[in-house]
Amino acid sequence: MGSQGGFYQSKEFLDLVKSIGEARSKAEEDRIVLSEIETLKRRISEPDIPKRKMKEYILRLVYIEMLGHDASFGYIHAVKMTHDDSLLVKRTGYLAVTLFLNEDHDLIILIVNTIQKDLKSDNYLVVCAALNAVCKLINEETIPAVLPQVVELLGHPKEAVRKKAIMALHRFYQKSPSSVSHLISNFRKRLCDNDPGVMGATLCPLFDLIAQDVNSYKDLVISFVSILKQVAERRLSKAYDYHQMPAPFIQIKLLKILALLGSGDKQASETMYTVVGDIFKKCDSSSNIGNAVLYECICCVSSIYPNTKLLDSAADAISRFLKSDSHNLKYMGIDALGRLIKISPEIAEQHQLAVIDCLEDPDDTLKRKTFELLYKMTKSTNVEVIVDRMIGYMISINDNHYKTEIASRCVELAEQFAPSNQWFIQTMNKVFEHAGDLVNIKIAHNLMRLIAEGFGEDDDNADSKLRSSAVESYLHILGEPKLPSVFLQVICWVLGEYGTADGMFSASDVTGKLCDVAEAYSSNETVKAYAVTALMKIYAFEIAAGRKVDMLPECQSLMEELLASHSTDLQQRAYELQAVIGLDVHAVECIMPLDASCEDIEVDKGLSFLDGYIQEAIEKGAQPYIPESERSGLINMGNFRNQNHHESLHGLRFEAYELPKPAESAEPEPMYPRETYQTPVSPIPSNPSDAGSAELKLRLDGVQQKWGRPTYTPETSTSNSTSQKSVNGASAVNSTREAYASRKPQVEISHEKQKLAASLFGGTSKPEKRPATGHKVSKASSHMVEKSHVPNSSMEVAPEKAAPAQPPPDLLDLGEPTATSTAPSLDPFKQLEGLLDTTQDALAANSATTASRSPDVMALLYADTPIGIHNKDDADLLSGLSNPSVTNMAGATARPRLSQSSSKGSNPKDSLEKDALVRQMGVNPSSQNPNMFKDLLG
Amino acid sequence: MIHFVLLISRQGKVRLTKWYSTYSQKERTKVIRELSGVILTRGPKLCNFVEWRGLKVVYKRYASLYFCMCIDPDGNELEILEIIHHYVEVLDRYFGSVCELDLIYNFHKAYYILDEILISGELQEPGKRTIVRAVAAQDSLVETVKEQTGSISTIIAQASK
Repeated sequence: MGSQGGFYQSKEFLDLVKSIGEARSKAEEDRIVLSEIETLKRRISEPDIPKRKMKEYILRLVYIEMLGHDASFGYIHAVKMTHDDSLLVKRTGYLAVTLFLNEDHDLIILIVNTIQKDLKSDNYLVVCAALNAVCKLINEETIPAVLPQVVELLGHPKEAVRKKAIMALHRFYQKSPSSVSHLISNFRKRLCDNDPGVMGATLCPLFDLIAQDVNSYKDLVISFVSILKQVAERRLSKAYDYHQMPAPFIQIKLLKILALLGSGDKQASETMYTVVGDIFKKCDSSSNIGNAVLYECICCVSSIYPNTKLLDSAADAISRFLKSDSHNLKYMGIDALGRLIKISPEIAEQHQLAVIDCLEDPDDTLKRKTFELLYKMTKSTNVEVIVDRMIGYMISINDNHYKTEIASRCVELAEQFAPSNQWFIQTMNKVFEHAGDLVNIKIAHNLMRLIAEGFGEDDDNADSKLRSSAVESYLHILGEPKLPSVFLQVICWVLGEYGTADGMFSASDVTGKLCDVAEAYSSNETVKAYAVTALMKIYAFEIAAGRKVDMLPECQSLMEELLASHSTDLQQRAYELQAVIGLDVHAVECIMPLDASCEDIEVDKGLSFLDGYIQEAIEKGAQPYIPESERSGLINMGNFRNQNHHESLHGLRFEAYELPKPAESAEPEPMYPRETYQTPVSPIPSNPSDAGSAELKLRLDGVQQKWGRPTYTPETSTSNSTSQKSVNGASAVNSTREAYASRKPQVEISHEKQKLAASLFGGTSKPEKRPATGHKVSKASSHMVEKSHVPNSSMEVAPEKAAPAQPPPDLLDLGEPTATSTAPSLDPFKQLEGLLDTTQDALAANSATTASRSPDVMALLYADTPIGIHNKDDADLLSGLSNPSVTNMAGATARPRLSQSSSKGSNPKDSLEKDALVRQMGVNPSSQNPNMFKDLLG
Repeated sequence: MIHFVLLISRQGKVRLTKWYSTYSQKERTKVIRELSGVILTRGPKLCNFVEWRGLKVVYKRYASLYFCMCIDPDGNELEILEIIHHYVEVLDRYFGSVCELDLIYNFHKAYYILDEILISGELQEPGKRTIVRAVAAQDSLVETVKEQTGSISTIIAQASK
């Protein structure tokens, strides 16, 4: 009966644990802990506490800290305890400090000395305890203090010490790679350690080192392969077997390392093929650990230089995972599929139904993993279906972290593969509407930039269509309440720039809407600033176009309010607006040129435009300006200009000017002035898009077209060549364009999985089913016009134009012929099955959502709600149990063993007793679900 | 790398926490609250994995106790499940068919054992016997200092040697 009563703790401590176990609410628990803290504070500072008592106090501190309360008042006592001579006390001290202190805590400096001493101890257990503390507590500053001793311990006779020393060095490497860079040979040496445990531990630092610098470790490939081979052939002692697998954890680590070393290296990979193939065969796919190794094999195969045989084995393993009933294996299967798909894209197709099942699974984790897979396999043919699904899911969840992630993925996919401007704008609208304040502001800037620049082609017509559709949709959206701030900024900016550009909307319409925005979001200064600037632009364009400006009354009142605003920014903008309105046509045209947000702004730092004015003034007898440095010397007008140029280059100069050299002034138009005049300088403040554009440009370029490979999009030869081109570099904008060109027929969403599957997978793989013509029509007509600008795709333009015009794609349009042609391999039975499955899934999903609605379990459980009562028996169990004197029914029920193998307990009496309790529990109706044993060992 | 290990009871009570990455006390409380909210509400047949703040949490339920480990997104979840199981097996061997109460009252022992299995977030020792032997060695040494005979740990330790 080791458990009850614990190992010689005082009654007081047992009572504490018991009362916390019985606490009915979080508040009650907190009250108990707070009074305990008071007691401890008082007791712990008493003089001459016996060691044993002190040890218990420290454990009580650990306990209250574990419950989330602050026990920092006792840290110093834990530190003191590490100084003790007796290992018993010292060990407790070390345990407490490793749990209490983070590596940057001030008290660590007090422990370093003790650690140094303990690392030299004769007793290896003391050394081990110290090494444990080293791993947790030593920070970058204190590494040098213990490093020599830790290195020395690598040669310690006890393997446990060597192992911990390796792990400590690994930790040092993580904290400060430079501190151990001269010790890397030690890791290599330890790889040959006699003890498999030490060798296994060495793999951890080696993995990190190899991940950093693959090339320096290529010579170890042979060693790793031979170690892995020996492990797989059961050359290690039986002690390392785990569930009949030979040292699986070491195998996994080795496979991870091989994956790194073989990545992109044909020669290294070839040496691995045999051993990885062997492991595939040897893995027992019925046990969890066998599957863990299998999964690692798949990861390895997908990382090293491809080998058909291994890829086949990996594909087999994946299909076993996906077909399994276990959600865990399905999850791993989806993940593995995402890895393998990069090498052999055709594999996804065999599993389309399984993937759809996972997508519709009520399990959120599985669903998200599947979205990740879909994200990886998105291409121009299926982008609409996938992004639509993603947005649907995005709207349905509350987890902000994931919402942000999925929103940025939607944006990325839309930017890369958007089939039409219309769709792009609509998609972005949805994303911003539902996750607006979560997305990175850069994305908003990017959107503004895209709208301003168009898609980077020289087709103005398409660009202006894009803008008009944006303006139209934004004016519509503004009617909705509570839009996210980021989205409003985009809207205001676009309305300001292009609101009246195509003449569809009058200035008063647009300004009215903008005033509404400023009014409705009056607490948001950024949005207001955007709105005011947009107003200014619209009025400026009106003036420039020669129309008379009538300011709406609400606009006027807004201006009056802003002129007196507390925000200097808003105030300034309002004054600027007022000033602009008062100017004449010519001036306004210069200040606010139409659609010039993408023009580089040239700043004439030499102020040459003032020359005439100065000349005039000088002629009238004014004194010429003399730079300060020259004021005492002679004035040379010719030099003055030259100096001025010079100055403008370097900004402020504090050292004295050199005397002008004749050579410099004689140089005909040197590099300097040109640079000066053409450098685009920081944007004017009223132009918000420019602020982010420099970064945004980078971001766009980084976006690669992921699934545009020719093998994966088998199409007509022309489109093949286009997609290939986009893979081989070219900017993302370009590839987007090209993606349009290779766009295929609209596939529809239906509730049947087959159709969804077809839209996701099927369409890509059966090129012969795809008619050569009549499928690209869904593109907006603007694209055709645009396409004719691309010389090498002119071949395609002809059939396209010949095809009858069809309405733009409707996602809900159930085009029967398309579905059959894209998913020809599916038989009707499967379709029926699919239907059934969906309904079941839907039901399950319903129940899951209701179940997952409970917001805070803790609160629910602690509260005296019906749910609390529902869980009462468990709580009772606990409390009953925690009372050592009670060994009746309640106690019995609360003793569900964590493990079934009762025979393992070496005390037969003890295990018998426990068995009896379990049996009792099994028949006791108030006990927990007997099914829990399914979760137990085996 | 494993960022932290949590043991939470079905009622959401914390039984053990071990942090291998740096988290302030406030963050710790938040993490525990968030995760117990997510994990305890999950149905029995779903995956044992939860994606959480860009990391992954692998959990497994043993009787009324949830063992959770948080890992990097590129980790092998099945392996972590086995590490959890490995820990439970060692606990079981040490305590002699372990139950939640063993861990409640002897949480420090559970920490010592965990320290022999994981070190700075990595699996340190895959051999069960080695771990039990290491912990037993510490215990027996302790017992020569303090006469704590009769403790079950000694009996088990001696038997398993």
